[in-house]
Order: sequence, then C-alpha cells, then structure tokens
Amino acid sequence: MAAEIKVENVYFQYSQSKDLALQNINLTIKKGEFVAIIGPNGSGKSTLAKLFNGLYTPTEGEVWVDGLNTKDKDRIWEIRQKAGLVFQNPDNQIVATIVEEDVAFGPENLGLPPEEIRKRVYEALKTVELYEFSQKAPHLLSGGQKQRVAIAGILAMKPDYIILDEPTAMLDPIGRREVNKTIKKLNTEENKTIILITHFMEEAVQADRVLVMEKGNIVMEGSPKDIFSRVERLKEIGLDVPQVTELANGLRAEGLNIRPDILTIEEMVECLCQLL
Amino acid sequence: MSIIIKNLTHVYMPGTPFESIALKDINWEINDGEFWGLIGHTGSGKSTLIQHLNGLLKPTSGEIIIDGVNIREKGVNLKEIRHKIGLVFQYPEHQLFEETVEKDVAFGPKNMGLSDDEVINRVKEALEAVGLNYEKIKDRSPFELSGGQMRRVAIAGVLAMKPKVLILDEPTVGLDPKGRDEILEEIVELKRRYNMTIILVSHSMEDIARLVDKIAVLHKGRLIKCGTPKEIFKDKESLSSIGLDIPQVTHLMYRLKERGIDVPTDVLTVEEAKRAILALVRRKGYA
Repeated sequence: MAAEIKVENVYFQYSQSKDLALQNINLTIKKGEFVAIIGPNGSGKSTLAKLFNGLYTPTEGEVWVDGLNTKDKDRIWEIRQKAGLVFQNPDNQIVATIVEEDVAFGPENLGLPPEEIRKRVYEALKTVELYEFSQKAPHLLSGGQKQRVAIAGILAMKPDYIILDEPTAMLDPIGRREVNKTIKKLNTEENKTIILITHFMEEAVQADRVLVMEKGNIVMEGSPKDIFSRVERLKEIGLDVPQVTELANGLRAEGLNIRPDILTIEEMVECLCQLL
Repeated sequence: MSIIIKNLTHVYMPGTPFESIALKDINWEINDGEFWGLIGHTGSGKSTLIQHLNGLLKPTSGEIIIDGVNIREKGVNLKEIRHKIGLVFQYPEHQLFEETVEKDVAFGPKNMGLSDDEVINRVKEALEAVGLNYEKIKDRSPFELSGGQMRRVAIAGVLAMKPKVLILDEPTVGLDPKGRDEILEEIVELKRRYNMTIILVSHSMEDIARLVDKIAVLHKGRLIKCGTPKEIFKDKESLSSIGLDIPQVTHLMYRLKERGIDVPTDVLTVEEAKRAILALVRRKGYA
C-alpha cells in the first residue's frame, strides 16, 4: 500500500456553480513531505484541502489516501483519521470548555480505552508545548495557543497527514511564529506529512515543495528557491515574495552581484557580508 | 475632526466574578487627517478601544471628546456621531444582507434620510472608491461575489455614510497579497482625496510600517506608546516582549549591523533598505 496522498485527474464543481473550482489536478504527496500551497483567493486551495481527507469527494477523478479511495464510504473514518484538517479560525474548531477535554474529543470518538486517550492527550499537548494549560478554559488562551490546541486535537488522532488551511491568518506576529514553529516541528521531529495552505510567503519558504494554484489549476510547482526566484510571474498571478527576496531582486537590478534565489534573512546576511 | 480620549477605563462585567479590566487609563489624541496604526497582540484591547470611538461601548470611567463634544453627556446624538465615525469590523462581509450590492451599500445613507438621488450618488462614489464598477456590480447579489469583492462592498457600505473618520479592524485578514495591496491602496487614496482620518488595526507590521503616520501600541489594555513608525520600530526588544514584531527588512538591517556592517537600523520598507545598501556600496566604491 502506497504511503502517499494521490490526486488523479480531479475535477471539482460546487453544485450551485457553473464554473469548475478545480480542473485536471494531478498530484502526489509522499509521506514525510512538507508541501506549501499558495495562490490567490478563489484559486481552489481550500477546495483541494477538503478533498485530501474526503470532506469533499471529486466530481470527476480520484483521491487516494494510503491506497484508500476517498469515495469509499466504508473507509471514510479511517481516511479522516489518517489525514486531519486544521482551519483558519481556532474559535470554530474548539468544542470543549477545558483544553484537555477538547484534545480528547477526537480519540474519544474513536472509542479508545481511557488510558490510551489520556496518553494521547498528554503526548499531543506536550508536542504543541501546552501541557501546562491542559486544565485551562480555551477561551482564555491567546490566538496562537488556541490554534495549537486545535492542532493537538488533530495530533491525538495520530494522523500521518496534517492539512492546515491558512492556520495563521488570524494570529498576531508572535502567535504566527509559535504556530509556524509547531508545524516545522511536527514535520521534522514527529515525521508528519504537512500540507500548508498560506498567503504568507515567509511561511511557504520553509516547505520542501511549493505548489502555486491559479483558477483551479496547479500552475507552478517546485522547490521554494525555484518558485520564489520567479518574482514577475508570481506578481502576475497576484502573489508576493518575501521582503528579503524583493530586496535581493531590487539590488540585482541595480547591478549588485546578489544570488537570485534568496529567501531568508540568513541567506541575505551571508550574501551581503561577502559583498561588503 | 479630532478625537480626544482622556483617562478611559473599561471594565467588562463589573461587580461579577467575571469582572475584567479591558482598558486602563487610556489617553490618546487623534487629529484631523492623521493616519494611525493601532497594534497590539490578540486580546490587548484593540477591538474594545475602537468600539468606544463611535459610542458602541461606553467607558466605565473617563472621557471621549469628539469634535469638541463629550459623548457621555446627556442629550448627545450618538447616531450623528456614528455617521461621522465609520467603523469597519473584522470580516465585514459577514454583515452583508441585502439582495443586491446597490441596496446593501444604500442601506446606511437611506437611513440617514437622504434623497434618492443623493443616495445613488453616494453608492456610486463609495463603490468606485473601493475599486468596483457601479454599473457592473450594482444588481448582483453580494453573496455571489468573491471574498475580496464582498469585503469591498462592505467597506463601501460604511463609506457611503461619508464618515470623517474611518476605522478599519484588520481589513485584509484572509485576503491574498494582491487583494491586500489593493484594499490598502484604496485606503491611502481615501485619506489623500477626502483628507479622511484613518485608524488601521493590523497585525502586519510590514503594512503598518509602510503606510501610517503614527502608531499607537496597546498592551494588556494600556496604551503603552505612541509615535511615528521609526520611533516605534526602533525598539525591537520591547516590541517582541509584548508579542509584536518588526518588519522583515528591519530584522535584516539589525542582523547586518551585528555582523559589523554599518547600515542604519531604522529602515522600515524594502525601498529604504535598497537605498541604504546601495549608498553603502557606492560609498565603499564597489559599484
């Protein structure tokens, strides 16, 4: 059985719409990968996210999660346990009045024995570094903490794939940093496959692979360095590049000898230190 | 039109076990035509504070003086104040409700008792100010528009009241980079064309640094600092200690400085960073 999410010739149309939300999508995400998906509003990113765990099923084509077809109604709970989804607004995802009860909600519904549930809740809260908050009321936490509780709730299901749909859109800078650190850790230390949908180019930079969507199609695909060195094309699509990439580009245009694929502050510092 | 806030304190649910102090001893003066950024981490009191500016919330103690009128005094017409001070909430598109875009934007000015002609003029002007074509969009249902368009229609609904002051609570959350830049440009244009006073609440330090004249920093319900972007972003440690940040290019300049390169650290935009680095290169004679 293949350890991957495979999207084959997928088309998707919302019932009330004339237009296709997704067309001819072909994509494989291997276990352990960190993939970022960027694209303008309405390009189909969130629709695709909901196809990954069978929340939606394709109008045409197939989506396979570890060899299971998301159209197979008998296996749908297994699929959703393998692939968990985290949304933009943490307030819409929290169901209980105590943090640990919220994290326990998923495993309880799996019908696991109490000691197993307790163990999973403990491990999930440790991973997102919120164990000391386990007895707190979620509404008293900051935005970044609430979003990490939502992630812990998914982790407690022990999924292999975690799909995050703009998880930091509503957070302040520190909340954003906390959640990004957690996502990176899930990938590198817990070996979770990450699919991150974001409008923040600085976040997409940390992925292994970036997919760019436009009007229901995947129009670009490659490493962050490949993708973000194509500044003009990205701007045409209505996207952006990190500030340092834009700066590097501007300096190159002025004739300075600066690499075209700079994505982070560190790389820019190294490059300028050699130059100056 | 000026807004003066004196010793404003707001307590939620006073006298109950849930009592909490949301704002404490705020003093803030907003002058005519100024462009303010209001920053602070989640829960710092930003939304509570802006709801005081048009009388949606009443202070537990302290005063709010708008255009010389203390809005807590008896007999003050709050409706009139709300016409002068337009408030665009987070996700304003959730408040759209009419069948067509035209009716939705017209709702405010109609309630002001204006003539039909005047209402239509205002709807046209407001839609155009947010970059929408009146003829093309007026008969469409607001609910079949894209997210970015819905948000623009919602903002137009506030603009159609012709406020003197426009307060926007995170107007670009969830928008893609292009949609974000377009809305921000439209806001700058409103200030330029109508000399509107603007208060922008945002978590994006890059946008705040680039756009506003002055910044107010809220932390745990207190207004801990007011100043120009250069003054505010100068102190990166104290910003980071209260959950805020500095723009990415400003971080870069600090890192270069640490490595012994003589660059200014009060750089806030990509353009400024470019000029500073080019100046250094030319001074050293490399280029």
